[in-house]
Amino acid sequence: MMIKINISSNVIGEPILAESMIKTRTALNISQAHFDSTYGEIIAEVETDDFKAIRKALESKGAKVTVLDYPIVRDEEECVECGACISVCPAHVFSFDDDWGIAQNTEKCIQCGTCIKMCPHRALSLEK
Amino acid sequence: MVEKSIEEINRRIKEGNVNVVTAEEMVGILGELGAKEAAKEVDVVTTGTFGAMCSSGVWLNFGHPEPPMKMNKVFLNGVEAYSGVAAVDAFIGAGQLSETEGFDYGGAHVIEDLIRGKSIDLHATSYGTDCYPRKTLDTTLNIYDLNQAIMINPRNGYQKYNVATNGINRTIYTYMGSLLPNYGNVTYSGAGVLSPLSNDPDYQTIGVGTPIFLGGTKGHIIGEGTQHSPETNFGTLMLRGDLKDMSADYIRAANFHEYGTSLYVGMGIPIPILNEQLAQSTAVTDKDVVTNVLDYGVPSRDRPVLRKVNYEELRTGSIEINGRDTPTSSMSSFKKSREIAGELKKWVAAGEFFVNSPSQRLPAKATCKPMRQTTRNPLVQDIMAKDVVVIDENATFHEAAKMIMENTFSHLPVVSEDGKLAGIVTAWDISKAVAETGCNYVKDIMTKKVLTSNATDPIDIAARNLDMKDVSAMPVIDNDGYVIGIITSNDISKLFARRR
Repeated sequence: MMIKINISSNVIGEPILAESMIKTRTALNISQAHFDSTYGEIIAEVETDDFKAIRKALESKGAKVTVLDYPIVRDEEECVECGACISVCPAHVFSFDDDWGIAQNTEKCIQCGTCIKMCPHRALSLEK
Repeated sequence: MVEKSIEEINRRIKEGNVNVVTAEEMVGILGELGAKEAAKEVDVVTTGTFGAMCSSGVWLNFGHPEPPMKMNKVFLNGVEAYSGVAAVDAFIGAGQLSETEGFDYGGAHVIEDLIRGKSIDLHATSYGTDCYPRKTLDTTLNIYDLNQAIMINPRNGYQKYNVATNGINRTIYTYMGSLLPNYGNVTYSGAGVLSPLSNDPDYQTIGVGTPIFLGGTKGHIIGEGTQHSPETNFGTLMLRGDLKDMSADYIRAANFHEYGTSLYVGMGIPIPILNEQLAQSTAVTDKDVVTNVLDYGVPSRDRPVLRKVNYEELRTGSIEINGRDTPTSSMSSFKKSREIAGELKKWVAAGEFFVNSPSQRLPAKATCKPMRQTTRNPLVQDIMAKDVVVIDENATFHEAAKMIMENTFSHLPVVSEDGKLAGIVTAWDISKAVAETGCNYVKDIMTKKVLTSNATDPIDIAARNLDMKDVSAMPVIDNDGYVIGIITSNDISKLFARRR
């Protein structure tokens, strides 16, 4: 499953991520990370069985953990299957199927919203 | 030599024994039979395309109100339509944005809403005349209330399109979609193998009066389109069709983020196979249609060409840019293009759609000229301050403070030992240095990532950069990185104030 970890400025200098991984012996497969002096945001994949433990460890050190369980939604009425979304998605959610229609693997979605701005037909959204 | 006549082909359409194939199918047929046999065998090849065509719009006639009015300004759901013609005619263009909703709603949406039979608010104003006394009008109407709703698209069906990518370090939003920084993606448009004009590049059969598929109904080509440039293989078409018969399956409004609205138009042209040459040209493949990849990061009419590319490569999902595999996105729908070529094929096969000879050929010799500009674009060098004061990065912040006080600039470019630009300090940076400990030298407090400008940049580009990055000044540097001036948003405001 995909999770988002937010680290606020008061604990940004501490090795929260490494400590939590070592403590729980859990591997986080990080797909995106952003850090600066004010905040940190990490998008990572974690085995479902390990999720509870890593969340507990991260939260005990001051991080906020959100499950990314509302992936991108494609409105098939609005979508004209052009494929504009394909090249901007950092997680490779979209691809062409054999008939040049849009295939999607929303399990990979990291809810970044980049494709929403790209779609000329406003067919993509993150609303539940 | 195989020679067939339009009459012969139309007779077969009428009798129901016409052999009609799509341009995609024609590739295989030609490969199998060769041009001569394919020309004998196939009567009509259908093409199709479905993509953003901003240069589209609809002429509307509203009927006369009582008391009558010569509409001077017309708004449809808040989108202005051009009405500088007779009393109750107006042209709604796809790219016109709503006065109130901006990027979210435009002429394209009005057109789609009309096709869907939705009610549209009409607001019009006028100055009033003896024959047309009325001055304002508000009403709500739909497409069935109109006398005419005729789609007239000044430029559709480009033979092919340039491919877009972006070399600068921020995402840019264009009519070719979002272009990620540092050549992060590539976007393209056009139907390649199915592209109407690429299947008859010499305009042997495509011309004035050619019947076409337009928006789900029968339309016509009324001539070459604006910017028609056959000599560079960028031919275009001007099209006409009755909006009242069109379907929202084939005409769709679009929003390009931070760019504006556009209209996705579905269009297809049947090409009668009169001879071997046409059999050959309709067997054009994705590989045969070659175009240029341009760097849209360069805000100029003349964008640098990074490489040539064909549609087969684009369709693989990635192409190489500067040695890296770069993902591609199509902005037009190939699936829909296929659907259109298929639909047109059905119409011809069912005896519902006939071909004809153009009543006039399209110009084969023409290129698209750039604009003649009679006033020179002001450049950064025209208004930048040349007597710029710089400070060494090893100076103390006290020295910087003194320099700012003694001069009129609030921005102080910082140079390294070799005299090249290393950063910038402002009065704000200095107050920060005073407030915090451990920052004694200019190099400790300066902003290192400096937005710069070139002396020969047009002012409009510099102004947009200042605006986008929300800074108020940029050092102007030469090609070697030496500071030769500074340009501030103040200088630009003064220039524009003078112009008015």
